[in-house]
Amino acid sequence: MNEIVIRIRYFARLCDQLGCSDEQFAMDSSGCLVAELKQKLAGRGENWKKAMELPSLLVAVNQVLANDQAQLHSGDEVGFFPPVTGG
Amino acid sequence: MISIQQSDFDLNEEYRLLRSAAPEIGAIVTFVGLVRDFGDESLVKGMYLEHYPGMTERVLQEIIDEARNRWPVKDVRIIHRVGSLSASDQIVFVGVNSKHREAAFAACEFLMDFLKTRAPLWKKEITDQGEYWVEAKDVDARRTDRWKDSQK
Repeated sequence: MNEIVIRIRYFARLCDQLGCSDEQFAMDSSGCLVAELKQKLAGRGENWKKAMELPSLLVAVNQVLANDQAQLHSGDEVGFFPPVTGG
Repeated sequence: MISIQQSDFDLNEEYRLLRSAAPEIGAIVTFVGLVRDFGDESLVKGMYLEHYPGMTERVLQEIIDEARNRWPVKDVRIIHRVGSLSASDQIVFVGVNSKHREAAFAACEFLMDFLKTRAPLWKKEITDQGEYWVEAKDVDARRTDRWKDSQK
């Protein structure tokens, strides 16, 4: 097995709903897609499933906006957050 | 200049800094956003602002670069506060200087429209009834979209 470890960060409403702001997460292999990560996280329970399947959920990989098809590699930082409301 | 900070900012000082490029510049446009007392849910006593450290600065720099591509602006200064704020507190400052007013007006509005819809910042309103994360508004997305069709 070629396991990789990524850092996941959750912001704003998502952080409140999931009770988690930051974690290290192990995945099976390099090149896994964001979509696969979301699927794994959704398996943690109803809260997680709801959050990961929300159409408005945004994702950034290494602090750049990304999508479900982005590939993940060891040491990557993935940020999940709702639509932005600053300004 | 981009600053994400908890502390308040001084409009006079920001104006002085934008003006220090004179006499090369002939126009300064500044925008200040405040905490409004009426929000999505009810009377707002205060606000909590969260952001994605690092990504916020990166996105704002991209927006500034894009504004510079479109208009001949000289200096751009953006300050966004985070943390706990009270009603009528200053939240955000955008200041632009340029030779002529057209570029400064347009760039300042462009920067605010994109800041609101692209920068990873989130507002939570604190009211007597509870605390509510602010919902993203369609009108803000439409304001940003209209720049897509415009060359300037």
